Amino acid sequence: MNATYVLSLQDIQCSFVSSETKSEYIAIDKVCLDLHSGEFVSIVGPTGCGKSTILNVAAGLISPSKGKVIVFGEELRSINRHAGYMFQTNTLMPWRSAKDNIMLGLEYHNLSKDKRGHIANEWLRKVGLGDFGDRFPHQLSGGMQKRVALAQTLALDPDIIFMDEPFSALDVQTRQLMENELLQLCQASSTQKGKSVLFITHDLDEAIAMSDRVIVMSAGPASHPIGNFEIDLPKPRDVAEIKSNPRFQEYYKQIWDVLRSEVMKSYSNQMKTLTHV
Amino acid sequence: MYKNLISNKTKIITWQVLILLMIILAWQFFSRSNHVAFFIGEPLIVFQRLVNWLIIEKDVYWHLGITLLETCLAFSIGTLAGTFCGLFLGLSPIFSAIFDPYIKALNSMPRVILAPIFSVWFGLGMWSKVALAITLVFFVVFFNVYQGIKEVSPSILANAKMLGAGRKQLIRTVYLPSATSWVFSSLHTSIGLAFVGAVVGEYLGSAAGVGYLILQAEGSFDINTVIAGIILLTTCALLLDSIVGIIEKKLMVWRPQTSGLEKL
Repeated sequence: MNATYVLSLQDIQCSFVSSETKSEYIAIDKVCLDLHSGEFVSIVGPTGCGKSTILNVAAGLISPSKGKVIVFGEELRSINRHAGYMFQTNTLMPWRSAKDNIMLGLEYHNLSKDKRGHIANEWLRKVGLGDFGDRFPHQLSGGMQKRVALAQTLALDPDIIFMDEPFSALDVQTRQLMENELLQLCQASSTQKGKSVLFITHDLDEAIAMSDRVIVMSAGPASHPIGNFEIDLPKPRDVAEIKSNPRFQEYYKQIWDVLRSEVMKSYSNQMKTLTHV
Repeated sequence: MYKNLISNKTKIITWQVLILLMIILAWQFFSRSNHVAFFIGEPLIVFQRLVNWLIIEKDVYWHLGITLLETCLAFSIGTLAGTFCGLFLGLSPIFSAIFDPYIKALNSMPRVILAPIFSVWFGLGMWSKVALAITLVFFVVFFNVYQGIKEVSPSILANAKMLGAGRKQLIRTVYLPSATSWVFSSLHTSIGLAFVGAVVGEYLGSAAGVGYLILQAEGSFDINTVIAGIILLTTCALLLDSIVGIIEKKLMVWRPQTSGLEKL
């Protein structure tokens, strides 16, 4: 076992029992995945390939049926305390203002009121919401809500960040802005070491533009990684500009060749279940 | 657009006042015959009775105070107990499974029938009425809180766990606030029910309260006093409901406004 891995999934299997048919469904099987310190890894795959399941296992929200999760050399038994998780759905508490939402994690960790307020103000400024601290979530746009959620996750300064299609609900322009900001916030600087990120997306452009490594999952059931591509593009990147880089196009073609057949498989599976019904 | 809204509002209020006037006029018209007036009373006498009660003799305040005190006691005790039990059962699936049939039974029982038992237990004073009203309020709040706990957004819950929340912190920062919004939606119903419980309790046997006044008047076929009592009770119920509405608006600032006028 290598000590430089911050996270290591070893031969993970996850099965669920369907409440309707009482049959067992194996979502992911034989999943091995390592995350280096400071690495940005994206997982792409067809719909229903258990991408979110991988994150939930790594976060300790569900325990795997087989295999183990190693976090900083120790086996994970409950919630992953080294990780922050940004969900696909809206997770802000509607009854708390933006600032109070950002302070939530700090409150759970029993920081003093002054310290919480200080950190939250700093993060509001970092995500460009300095004047919006006392707004409630329903008074903010979708992009602003995502910024608050991002600040909430990063305010705890986690070593590992899990992201489950965090920007999928945003329009293209806002999304590119957010992607660039995320890259900036996660990269190593004088005040912090680089974050290790596990990023789930169905958008291959997004995956290549942001990551150091892209992992392709096979179609479910029993889905597992079938491709591992190192993305050796210059950093720091601008997600919009990098797309015109010829190497970007090459990577895109390589990965899409692997992904396409899985997408077709997943699609025909869906059609089958639909015609059965 | 804004202008339209205002003129619409005045139109609505004008019609509401007109309808009230028409009802009173029709009432006055039909009560000119003594035979009919025996059944439906007379507006002028009812009005006189109200003035008498409220301004001249001022003897109704004592009874009204008793009824309102009973209502408020039942409302606060019932709401607190309902919230507590709803939280407790909502958070422990085993207990809620065990108690499920009993709760269903208690809820479907016509609880007004408990009034005589409460009179035996607590006497003819205030507390038997409070007890009856509590049984009405409790279940409304209880079921709302219980439902509120069940429907806490799973992603907010998972997010809070990832941010490091322990069980107590989850209850304080996730379950309680989201249950609160459900409690508030039930408060309008439960303040009304508390009032109903108090008046029905008084009506079934008491020595004070507006229900008692109405019962006395019915005993002597004094239909005018009965109607005056009903009008008094209705006004109070409306007042209580609007007080709850004001408190709700103050405490639930975070809830999106549906009117859209306050949006930026």
